[in-house]
Amino acid sequence: MVPLSSYLIVSAILFGLSMAGIIINRKNLIVILMCIEMMLLAVNFNFIAFSQYLHQTTGEIFVFFILTVAAAESAIGLAILMLLYRNRRTINVQELDTLKG
Amino acid sequence: MWLTHVVFYVFSALLLFSAVMVIVSRHPVRGVLFLVLTFVCSAVLWMLLQAEFLSLVLIFVYVGAVMTLFLFVVMMLNVEQIPKVEGFVRYLPFAILAVLVMVGLMTMAILPKHFAMAGQLQPIMHPESYSNVKSLGAVLYTEYLFPFEVASVLLLVAIIAAISLAFRGKRAKGQDVDHQVSVKKADRLKIVKM
Repeated sequence: MVPLSSYLIVSAILFGLSMAGIIINRKNLIVILMCIEMMLLAVNFNFIAFSQYLHQTTGEIFVFFILTVAAAESAIGLAILMLLYRNRRTINVQELDTLKG
Repeated sequence: MWLTHVVFYVFSALLLFSAVMVIVSRHPVRGVLFLVLTFVCSAVLWMLLQAEFLSLVLIFVYVGAVMTLFLFVVMMLNVEQIPKVEGFVRYLPFAILAVLVMVGLMTMAILPKHFAMAGQLQPIMHPESYSNVKSLGAVLYTEYLFPFEVASVLLLVAIIAAISLAFRGKRAKGQDVDHQVSVKKADRLKIVKM
C-alpha cells in the first residue's frame, strides 16, 4: 500500500510549485489565477488522503465544499479579469499598479 | 500490490511535471491545457484513494466547467505570446527558496520522527459493493445539511456577481424588430420642394 506520507509529500510539492508560480510570474494575470487553482487542488489532496487513511468521510465532504468555493471564486476572478482588460487594455501584472478607477 | 505503486508514481510524476509546465509555458492557452492535465492526473490519484465520486466531480466541474471558462477567457482576451519571460531569472532564486522552505517544512512535519502515526495507518480497502456516493450522501444530507444549503446560496451570489460585473447590456447594433415594423413613411422619407 502506498504510505500516507507519499500523498502528503506530493501535495506539499504541488503547493510549493504553485507558490513559486505566483512569485516568478511577472507578466500574466491568468497564470496567477491558475496557480491559485493548483493550490486549492493541493489542499484537496491532503483532505482526501487523510479521509482515506483515517477512515472518515468528513475530509471528502470538505473537499466537496472547497470545490464549490473554488469554482465560484474562479468565475468571479475571471469576470474581474475581463473588466480589467476592458478598462486597462492589459493584463500585465506590472502595469496594473494604479488604484485610480 | 505493485500496480498501485506504479500507478501512483507515474501519475504523480505526470502531475508535478504538468504543474511545472503550467508555470513555465509561454503561451497562456498551453498553460491552461497543462492545468487540465494536472486535474486529470489528480483525478486518477483520487481514484486510488477510493474517492470515486470526488474524482469524477473534479473532472466534471473543474475541468469541464472551470477550465473551459478559463480557455474562453484566455482566447477572448487575445493575449499575445510572451517572447521572453522577463523577470523570470531575477525572481527565480526567491521562488526556489520559498519552495524549498515550504516543502521542506511540510516534509519535516510528516517524517516518522514527528508523525509516527503515518506509518501505522492503513486504509480500509472497500469491497466492490461499496458506494462512495451513498456514503457521502448519507453524511452530506444529514450532518452537513446547513453547509450544503449555504454552498448553494454562495453559488447564487457568485452567479449574480459575475453577471453584474461582466454584462454590458444590450448591444447598440442589433435588430429591434418591433421598431422596424412600426415605422411609417414619414420617418424614412422627406420630400423637398426644389
